[in-house]
Amino acid sequence: MTPSSEAGLHCRGVGKRYGGTHALKSVDLDLPPGSVLALVGENGAGKSTLNSIIAGVVRPDDGEMTLDGVPYHPASPSEALHQGVALIHQEIRLLPELTVAENIFLGRLPVASGRIDRARMAREAGVVLDKLGVAVDPQRKVAGLSMAVQQGIEIAKAIIRRPRYVIFDEPTASLGGAEADRILEQVRALRDAGTGIIYVSHRLDEVMKIADRVICLRDGALVAGWERGHFTQQDIINAMVGREFTFEHRAPPPRGDRVVLQLDGVTRTGVFRDISFELARGEILGFAGLIGAGRTEVVRAIAGMDRFDQGEIKVDGKPVRYTSPSGAIEAGIFMVPEDRKGQGLNLGRTAAENITLPWEKRLTRNGMITRAVVAETGLRQKQRFDIRGRLDLPVSSMSGGNQQKVLLAKWLVEDPAVFIIDEPTRGVDVGAKMAIYEIIRTLAANGIAVIVVSSELEEVLGLCHRVLVMSKGNQRGILSREDATPARVMSLAVGA
Amino acid sequence: MSMAPAEPGTRASTDPGLRARLVQISRQVPGPLIGLIVILVVFSFLSPYFLTTRNLLDIFSQISEIGIMAVGSALVIITGGIDLSVGAVLAVSLMLTAWLYRDFQIAFPIAMFAGLLLGALIGLLNGVLATYARIQPFVATLATMSACSGIALYITNGSPVTGFPDYFTALTALHIAGIPLQTIILVSVYLIAAFWLKFRPNGRALYALGGNEEVARLSGLNVQRIKVGVYVIAGFLAALAGMIVGSRLDSAQPTAGLSDLLSVIAVVVIGGASLAGGSGSMLGTFIGLLIIGVLQNGMSLIDVSPNLQPVVIGAAIILAVLTDRRAR
Repeated sequence: MTPSSEAGLHCRGVGKRYGGTHALKSVDLDLPPGSVLALVGENGAGKSTLNSIIAGVVRPDDGEMTLDGVPYHPASPSEALHQGVALIHQEIRLLPELTVAENIFLGRLPVASGRIDRARMAREAGVVLDKLGVAVDPQRKVAGLSMAVQQGIEIAKAIIRRPRYVIFDEPTASLGGAEADRILEQVRALRDAGTGIIYVSHRLDEVMKIADRVICLRDGALVAGWERGHFTQQDIINAMVGREFTFEHRAPPPRGDRVVLQLDGVTRTGVFRDISFELARGEILGFAGLIGAGRTEVVRAIAGMDRFDQGEIKVDGKPVRYTSPSGAIEAGIFMVPEDRKGQGLNLGRTAAENITLPWEKRLTRNGMITRAVVAETGLRQKQRFDIRGRLDLPVSSMSGGNQQKVLLAKWLVEDPAVFIIDEPTRGVDVGAKMAIYEIIRTLAANGIAVIVVSSELEEVLGLCHRVLVMSKGNQRGILSREDATPARVMSLAVGA
Repeated sequence: MSMAPAEPGTRASTDPGLRARLVQISRQVPGPLIGLIVILVVFSFLSPYFLTTRNLLDIFSQISEIGIMAVGSALVIITGGIDLSVGAVLAVSLMLTAWLYRDFQIAFPIAMFAGLLLGALIGLLNGVLATYARIQPFVATLATMSACSGIALYITNGSPVTGFPDYFTALTALHIAGIPLQTIILVSVYLIAAFWLKFRPNGRALYALGGNEEVARLSGLNVQRIKVGVYVIAGFLAALAGMIVGSRLDSAQPTAGLSDLLSVIAVVVIGGASLAGGSGSMLGTFIGLLIIGVLQNGMSLIDVSPNLQPVVIGAAIILAVLTDRRAR
């Protein structure tokens, strides 16, 4: 197939592989000028990959693109920008100590007679900001401005170069209702001026309001598309999750109902509110929700990594109050964090050293930690968890799956009362994934209470006895195994 | 890197273990140690006095203060911090001891204890500023360095104090089995620190902390308390070095130790520690110390201008870091 020679942005058969993962599979896309195309899909469905390809951040492995009838193969974001395609990132990347105008013109500051032409910069920035309805003095510093205004400046920064096509990647993710509406108005203003817009959002109400056309990605493939007025929110949700489950990892039902962990109205102001649940021995509780829903923040508070402001956590019926991870470890709550490199493992040190790190005080013999103790403990865990690779080399030499096993092994040198795993299988291959599911099931079968936080719906639904769904810092509900259908979880997660 | 298949028994896993250990040892030692040997050989040809027992013992005596301070500095640097105040702490601790003894007739052991305690307390202040007050260690210890050198001058109005008890000055003249006492103290400090770093959980934690502080914290280590402890050790050792200076010179100079800071950091860096934290060892630091000591001694023997000597030290630092990086 060849892309259209008509005006607009057209993609035909665009695909991308990362190692063994097929991140994007032959996607077609048509974006006429002056229209809004909404792009929806679960976490990891391929939205970011598609956007990155269109914006020149990554190059596709297959497929063709045309831009207003001309072949379009951007090699870099600046080349894409040059040809009229701008990407507005989800995270705000402004420099707080520079002025609004300087941020907008960063990298191309206008110069007159050898000096920066501040007057012209302020004037032109002011025009663009006015057009977007962002009320801010272009001459003031960015530091201290609200998130909504900063997001507006990001948009101004992108459109000052007059792109014909703009990709918005979850522009409202960190904004409240009124502020988000403001962004929608800015998008409409751009569209009415003839700009073609790709709009990525998890907020389906926004999508309903603004999209001329909606397309849905799942597992890297385009699975559905609708024209304005021909779909409902439920259609979108079904398309996002509608997959057959290919495996089941569910552990046996909890043995007995002795509650190990109890949360009562646990709140961290501005981050999450009123989280309450009970967790029994041998039970696996899943935490589902979109990225940014506050799942990680809640489990970090349980594991003593962050503080919380209100509410109570009880372990074995007794209220606990700890202010550090060491306190939680004392109470028998161990957590495997999601960021393996930044928080889980010390990549420069050996696997064995990583495994013994939390336990060295308990592993001493005659007050000493010898190399033999470290090696023995490492070897025991290596055999127990089938870790492939050398224990005495830096753990960075292992594959992602084995690193993840080392991380699990590190936290299972002693038996926890409550084991929390944040994104248990991020960046690991299928074989390691199955092995990790098996480890989790075995833990539960041995009476350990487990919390699994995962952005992969399949993982949460396949592994857990119950699923707690969060959205925007709120606990939206706890679904039993029978009630936890993909559609129900997703409805709660998107706040529909 | 290729993955070894699962090794069935322990026997199969000891062989690569041994090899890895050899690799590890050969990785740690060569750079600095080979450098040291080269320097020793060169100077033994250049000066007939160089390889005499007397000169070698002199080298050890000359480097004992810097060497003791370097232990504290190395520990701090392994955690990813830096202590700029060690030289100034040496001066202020020594001045306090001398001042209490001369102007207040306080029994000398008590005055000495006060000096050592002051060193530890300044270390405590450094540690608290660098952790709980969240001031970058460079800035925190720059501030205490400035304050300590000021106080060292202020308490006697800038004048040195002389006339310590005879038994105190005799300490550094004392030889046990032919080895000067300060050399024995120096080596003991290194051995104790090496044992702590290698075999004690808190000592081993320094590497975890310097490698990735968040991983260490989430692993249940009390990161802040360990860090404060390391600065306390550094302060105490600087004060101990001060006492040795006082005993050796039979006087307390308010500016003593001020020029030592750069040598101390040079020793640690030549010894293979990275200022980014997470690496370094006592063996390496000791070799770094010998390199600096031998260079200074040897250059004096062959009459290299004192003004040129720091240039050679500077070159040695760069050479050490470059070869160290290649070995990794």
